[in-house]
Amino acid sequence: MTPSRTAFAAILAKDLRSELRTLQSLPAMALFAVTTFVVFRFGLDRTSLSGSLASGVLWATLLFAAVLGINRLFVSEREEGGFDAIRLAPIDRTVLFAAKAAALVIYLAALELVTVPIFAIFFLEDAAGLGPLVAVLLLADLGLAATGTLISSMAVNSRARDLLVPLVLLPLSIPLMIAATGATEPLLSLGGPSYDRFGTWLMVLGLYDLIFGLVGYAVFDFLLED
Amino acid sequence: MPPAQEKAGPAISVAGLRRDYGDRPALDGVDLELAAGSSLVVLGPNGAGKTTLLRILATLLRPSGGEVSVLGCSLPDEAWKLRGRIGYLGHEPLLYRDLSGRENLRFGSRLYGIERGAAEARIEELLRAVGMERRADERVAELSAGMRQRISIARCVLHEPELLLLDEPDSNLDAEGRELARGLIGPGPGRTRVVVTHDPERHEAEADQVLRLGIGERAVVS
Repeated sequence: MTPSRTAFAAILAKDLRSELRTLQSLPAMALFAVTTFVVFRFGLDRTSLSGSLASGVLWATLLFAAVLGINRLFVSEREEGGFDAIRLAPIDRTVLFAAKAAALVIYLAALELVTVPIFAIFFLEDAAGLGPLVAVLLLADLGLAATGTLISSMAVNSRARDLLVPLVLLPLSIPLMIAATGATEPLLSLGGPSYDRFGTWLMVLGLYDLIFGLVGYAVFDFLLED
Repeated sequence: MPPAQEKAGPAISVAGLRRDYGDRPALDGVDLELAAGSSLVVLGPNGAGKTTLLRILATLLRPSGGEVSVLGCSLPDEAWKLRGRIGYLGHEPLLYRDLSGRENLRFGSRLYGIERGAAEARIEELLRAVGMERRADERVAELSAGMRQRISIARCVLHEPELLLLDEPDSNLDAEGRELARGLIGPGPGRTRVVVTHDPERHEAEADQVLRLGIGERAVVS
């Protein structure tokens, strides 16, 4: 058997190289997010947001932008025979799950690096909450990556892939969104960040990550069977 | 030949193999035995189950019934032991279009755990063997179908497999490509091969055994 870290690094590097070369996912995700902020700005007719509304706008936008990337996560494996190549290799197949989830975390982090500052420019009067927000973003990204990778691998063989991913992912991500918005709300409150129940929500996010990470690890091998 | 295989007997042993797609049987009662170092050519019309048979032997499909043993491993239960010992060339080239030929081979070498230095030497050797050393850094999407097939052949033998499972290996290859490919995947001492083809004239003469699959007919080995 090939060591899992070698296979993990190979698959992750391959995915990142392909994305850098083709820019098929990230620019679309970023453009979608920025456009959605513009829509919210004019739709709500507000130049500044705070608390739960700011938190909701941020996370709804990031979630829907993430769906675009999740939809495409396994397309190259499906269309270019990558699933067969990986199934033929002497590797633990859950490495594919881990590498794809890691790639998605990197995409989401890159997306947030671009869009969160834009969100702050559009809507926030005080950017002091953005520092601690990084922890929320990171934990939410891990959960979204675990769930998204699982759903994407199931949906990729379907012709209704574009429909299936949001239909299955959005209900499953409700607990994640409740925790992420709950943790973000006090950070973006009017008058500067507060840390009311911040730690509790971070723990809920961590628990969600753990559960879906373990579920993905447990079932992914079966999903690759014919 | 690995000692385990010598003890285990035939490289491939299939008895009463069945594979159904829903209610439709794609393979119904295939029996065959192939000695290590031999070549088997599989012939039959479209839809006779040739590719299905090859994918079952490659561990990519589960049989619906019957017994299958490949290189001493019983399928599907011991499929995990077999991975890495098979070279599979399918209808699809199993190459990523946005990577170059060389990058695809490097990716394959990492999946098979080949040490970096050895992998680079092997990749150069194979690129020369398939006549692709000058085009190896171009993206696969920019290569012709024949060139993709050459890279795919290099990918198939990259890890020096014990068993070659080849589905239409000549497809898209010109005369030069066929000749170059022959050196890597053609019959040779100690090379065990199963070749699915629509070109019996070319491959039948080189085969130790021929398996004829028919639609709704019993498979015949000669």
